[in-house]
Amino acid sequence: MTLLSEFKESVIIAWAALRANKLRAGLTTLGIVIGIVSVTLMGTAITGLNAAFKKSLAGISADTLFIQRFSWMTGETEWRLSRNRREITLQNARDVERLATLAAAVAVESQGNGTVSVGRKQARGVWVEGNDENSLLVRGLSLSSGRWLTESDVQSGRPVCVLGSYLAERFFPYGGAVGSKVKLNDMNLEVIGVMEKQGSFFTGFNLDNQIVLPITRFTRDFSRWPDFTIQVKVRDLSQMEDAKEELRGIMRKLRRVPPDKADDFAINQQDALINFFNAVGGSIAAVGLFISGLSLFVGGIGIMNIMFVSVAERTKEIGIRKAIGAKRRTILVQFLVEAATITLGAGILGLLIAWPLTLVVDKFLAASMPWWLVGVALVVSVLTGVVSGFLPAWRAARMNPVDALRAD
Amino acid sequence: MSLIQIHDLTRRYVMGTETVHALRGVSLSIERGEYIAIMGPSGSGKSTLMNLLGCLDSPSSGYYELNGVNVAHMDDNELAEIRNREIGFVFQSFNLLPRSDSLHNVELPLIYAGMPSEERREKAIQTLTHVGLAERMHHKPNELSGGQRQRVAVARALVNNPSIVLADEPTGNLDSRTGEEILGLFETLSRKGNTIIVVTHEEDVAQHARRIIRIRDGLIAADEVNPHPRAAMKFAQEQSALTLNG
Repeated sequence: MTLLSEFKESVIIAWAALRANKLRAGLTTLGIVIGIVSVTLMGTAITGLNAAFKKSLAGISADTLFIQRFSWMTGETEWRLSRNRREITLQNARDVERLATLAAAVAVESQGNGTVSVGRKQARGVWVEGNDENSLLVRGLSLSSGRWLTESDVQSGRPVCVLGSYLAERFFPYGGAVGSKVKLNDMNLEVIGVMEKQGSFFTGFNLDNQIVLPITRFTRDFSRWPDFTIQVKVRDLSQMEDAKEELRGIMRKLRRVPPDKADDFAINQQDALINFFNAVGGSIAAVGLFISGLSLFVGGIGIMNIMFVSVAERTKEIGIRKAIGAKRRTILVQFLVEAATITLGAGILGLLIAWPLTLVVDKFLAASMPWWLVGVALVVSVLTGVVSGFLPAWRAARMNPVDALRAD
Repeated sequence: MSLIQIHDLTRRYVMGTETVHALRGVSLSIERGEYIAIMGPSGSGKSTLMNLLGCLDSPSSGYYELNGVNVAHMDDNELAEIRNREIGFVFQSFNLLPRSDSLHNVELPLIYAGMPSEERREKAIQTLTHVGLAERMHHKPNELSGGQRQRVAVARALVNNPSIVLADEPTGNLDSRTGEEILGLFETLSRKGNTIIVVTHEEDVAQHARRIIRIRDGLIAADEVNPHPRAAMKFAQEQSALTLNG
């Protein structure tokens, strides 16, 4: 008997058997459906999280180094040791710009939180950025209207600002933001530009809810003792490590760190953030998939149980088939196909349920169901059927025809 | 050369601490085209002998050659192949697949033999027509009478052109009239050259065969030619002759 015709026959038998026991098959299916739904949703959430994170990070160019007081990835002990580090100063930034040979551009920035208002309209908790003329290039931003800060804006600390698209739309829904006045806390600022829409960060943080003013103005009127970040855009991605070493040397010299002491600053880069996220995201994914996999496992046990029942009550049928010439393999395949048919059906049903749920989840957290996930879910459901159906099918295949025929 | 050659066949079962000797050494040979009845009271070992003859079971010791092949020491899968090729079973309780129609039931041995689907469909239709069930091709077993079910079973037994038709109490679940019909069918098949072995405890049924083997306590008690095999009732014979020719 060829494998193909064996398979075809098995599918027919499986259908007949399932149709004869609709309720039972349906209830058994439920376990797998729940398992597939939870695994799929988990996968969806994880890929959505990854995609959102990558998209958010795309704004920060990969070729940028961030000189800051603290490393982005500090453990608790490290944090305690580095807590008393000296601030990065504006002067540091200027010296780095002068000395760094591998840098394409150097910008300085600092950030805080403030309230922006126009007339009676108010926006609290706005992300306030102190930037300089190079920040547009270094931060990889683009403007939808107006202009960016100029060197003279920064040097003279002019009361001007660039608005994020969210703020611009909020205060000036009919346009005309450029040239208007806004108030940041008590400070009057003239809008000189509006940024293009960037979307939300993966945490839900709104990147467009920001206001940018000259760093000099920022330190004078907004934050007296700010923490600066020196952003260095490197000429060439392949020179990242060299540039990092050069900057380290420059900073140590500028801050007079003795040779036997460790750096009292950190040079961060996006790579590290991505690696960190991948490690964290990886463990979140592992835990999540493990937990949702448990429900699939429980579903699998249900399938195994029902297949044992199915084999037991069809002992006579197995006997007849064996008497007529069915080999062990034939019987084995028959029951495996039956189990796999149940779980495949459950998998399809699970996907049909998970898909609209994904759309609901997408409202809160960027989520998407990629095609490969659909494929994986279907393969997993068939595998669950084959694995959990194997023991019952093997028991059926090994039955002695004489005993099996004697069964009622 | 004989179709079946058995020498000193034994079969023991271990039940708990006790060993049951179901067959204690049976030797016999059966020629192609014979019509044989194996008789014996329950517990005599006739079912065990039938299981061994039908390759459903393997002997504890002894020699069994079927159609020139020693089958005594074959494994499960090899025996399945032999059953598929060489033996057609007819059971007391019909043993049809309840959820499949007559056609599919008759096709089943051909599916396991790996015959292409068009060819096997044609063959199954042909065989069902021969046993007079052309009209009942797409009926499921529970839509058929007992006699019709047994005819489907006979068609299933015949469809693979086996060396032996092995019938275990084929009339046991039928009323005497339909029983006669089935026996008439066997007679006609026998006359056409099929080898038929009927296992029964009914003297009436056994008397239709041309040779009767009596088993008692796991041994052959008698093996004799039936000088005057009883013909199936006239009407039954006519009917089966009609269907087999039509």
